[in-house]
Amino acid sequence: MFATQRTAVAFKGLKALSAKTAMRSMASQAASSMPGAFNAKKNANGNYTVTLIPGDGIGPEISESVVKIYKAAGVPIEWEPVSVTPVLKNGKVAIPDEALHSVKKNTVALKGPLATPVGKGHVSLNLTLRRTFNLYANVRPCKSVVGFKTPYDNVDTVLIRENTEGEYSGIEHEVVDGVVQSIKLITKDASDRCARYAFNYAKETGRNRVTAVHKANIMKLSDGLFLASCQEVAREFPEVKFDDLLLDRACLQIVQDPSIYADTVMVMPNLYGDILSDMSAGLIGGLGLTPSGNIGRDASIFEAVHGTAPDIAGQDKANPTALLFSSVLMLRHMNLNSFADQIEKATLKVIADGKVLTSDLGGRSTNTEFTNAIIAEL
Amino acid sequence: MLRTISLSKSLTSTLTKMGPRAMSTSTILPQVQDVPSSKLGGRYTVTLIPGDGIGQETASAVKTIFKAANVPVDWEQFDVSGYTSADDKTFKQSVESLRRNKVGLKGILYTPVSSLGHSSFNVTIRKDLDMYASLVLCKNIPGYPTRHEGVDFAIIRENTEGEYSGLEHQSYPGVVESLKVITRTKSERIARFAFDFALRNNRKKVTCIHKANIMKLADGLFLNTCRELVSKPQQFDVMVMPNLYGNIVSNVGAGLVGGPGIVPGCNIGREYAMFEPGCRHVGKDIQGRNTANPSAMILSSVMMLRHLGLDDHANKIANAVSKTIMGGAVKTPDMGGSSTTTDFTFAVISNL
Repeated sequence: MFATQRTAVAFKGLKALSAKTAMRSMASQAASSMPGAFNAKKNANGNYTVTLIPGDGIGPEISESVVKIYKAAGVPIEWEPVSVTPVLKNGKVAIPDEALHSVKKNTVALKGPLATPVGKGHVSLNLTLRRTFNLYANVRPCKSVVGFKTPYDNVDTVLIRENTEGEYSGIEHEVVDGVVQSIKLITKDASDRCARYAFNYAKETGRNRVTAVHKANIMKLSDGLFLASCQEVAREFPEVKFDDLLLDRACLQIVQDPSIYADTVMVMPNLYGDILSDMSAGLIGGLGLTPSGNIGRDASIFEAVHGTAPDIAGQDKANPTALLFSSVLMLRHMNLNSFADQIEKATLKVIADGKVLTSDLGGRSTNTEFTNAIIAEL
Repeated sequence: MLRTISLSKSLTSTLTKMGPRAMSTSTILPQVQDVPSSKLGGRYTVTLIPGDGIGQETASAVKTIFKAANVPVDWEQFDVSGYTSADDKTFKQSVESLRRNKVGLKGILYTPVSSLGHSSFNVTIRKDLDMYASLVLCKNIPGYPTRHEGVDFAIIRENTEGEYSGLEHQSYPGVVESLKVITRTKSERIARFAFDFALRNNRKKVTCIHKANIMKLADGLFLNTCRELVSKPQQFDVMVMPNLYGNIVSNVGAGLVGGPGIVPGCNIGREYAMFEPGCRHVGKDIQGRNTANPSAMILSSVMMLRHLGLDDHANKIANAVSKTIMGGAVKTPDMGGSSTTTDFTFAVISNL
């Protein structure tokens, strides 16, 4: 009896509260429905401040190209360059506080490639960033670039990968000698927010279809929960179509004919996303031209996922396209769509013309020449 | 992660006398100790489970061809279906039959996605009979050009543990744990199988695929494999891997050489061998339309004939399939033609 009474009271309270907040929640629903939606304020000069992590190897050169192009295009962004070279903190290797504070304050960052330090006891930088800023979803668009011939020329996929749990939960142990258990963790919260991001992305980019990739026929509970979360979120987005697909079929079809995924946003748990996103990149010749974004609750970090290429560092030979495309993804995240379109179009035009290309694209031009050619096309 | 081990030269040179691999099915299966001897009159009894989707169509193609080629095989057919749970009894009978005959040919059974549905029949049958190794052959077929040329590798996949252990539970509402179990015994067993296979079939290289340290995402060399696979698939020879990765790699591999319609495979244990299309797709979307490509099922049955020691029949059928595809006149829709399953089957028979 007490329980019923208490529930009734609680229910009444809830009703009053919801009436009060109805107005506000209606207004802010678009922004707050997705954790980590961009809502930073402009600074005194009317610009957004964005943290820039140039990175190692060719990182500084290609970051410089992005800065130059942004200046020429008049993008309302002020860069705040920080170094993430690990420092010793309480006897542990860590990222400098300055860098963490900068990202936290600006909520958006652009990151060049980082060399992986060798040695034990080192905490992975990517992992630290992911944990610190709750980077829960990884978005990886892959698109064939006209003028750069690769095995496949009709690729246009978007993959969104849950980034915090699944097979990468890191919970492993040896039960008895010779028997190892690894736990794949799937939670409703993490699945929900990842799905919600995917649907928002589909809506905003006009793809209007979301495809969940899973293996719920075998892993009925874990992948089943992920699928159920996607189905539930789908009901909040009646204008976006939803379907689901087994991982086997996705792998097969993406290799046979990637164009069938050109109108959808694929969303999936951690491991599958890891595999499929790198495979899609392989379809268009590797990671040299593909952007990547990590969406988080507290901040979002956009990065080039290729290596640091120490062999050509400092020689003005590097190709800045992957970092530039990542920054375009960032501009769209910040709702600066016209600048994003402008820069993307200019870059694609330069590559399609084929007159000024860096050596990885089969040309002989320097990074500076390539950058200037893009600026001339703006 | 990707670790390649080259087989020593002296070993491989002694094996060269076995000759080059001609057709994608000319393989020697290691480790099955118990190859059944033929019964009275030199005939073999084989369990046949056509499966769901295109299973009936492709299985009848095999039956017709076997009849035309006078293959001394009698079928014990079980029409199991994964779409109804009422088929449990037939399913049990089919497993018993396989236990008796020790050799089977199987299509793919549907597995429901719902958590209320039965667990996969395909997985159960492999686990029950401890057919721990799955073998899939990905090779370009002459006369059927695809995006990649010169692809020829074998995928060996652990079939009984890993992500498919089926141990899942909800520890708290909204939190599900799924156990992946890897044991030394089974890992060693599959590794031995892979090397044995490589030696017997004159393959020079074994590549182990794994993700040794899942915390180091950036070093995820398994991904490396997938990327390499789609951009430069010619570099692989024999690949060995745990369960789930095998599922992914075999589908990527099939995509490279022309789709699930032409990739044969089998499951092997110490006592039993079950042959089935390598890609394991039900093909529900094209069921009953007479458009399925029966090559995968036919080539799987050819592998089975070699396993039974019926090499002459195996070569005869393999050559007929090869000739049909080379001819290019009869192609099913997946190969860019418009012929039916029946057309293809008759073309193979006329080429026998």
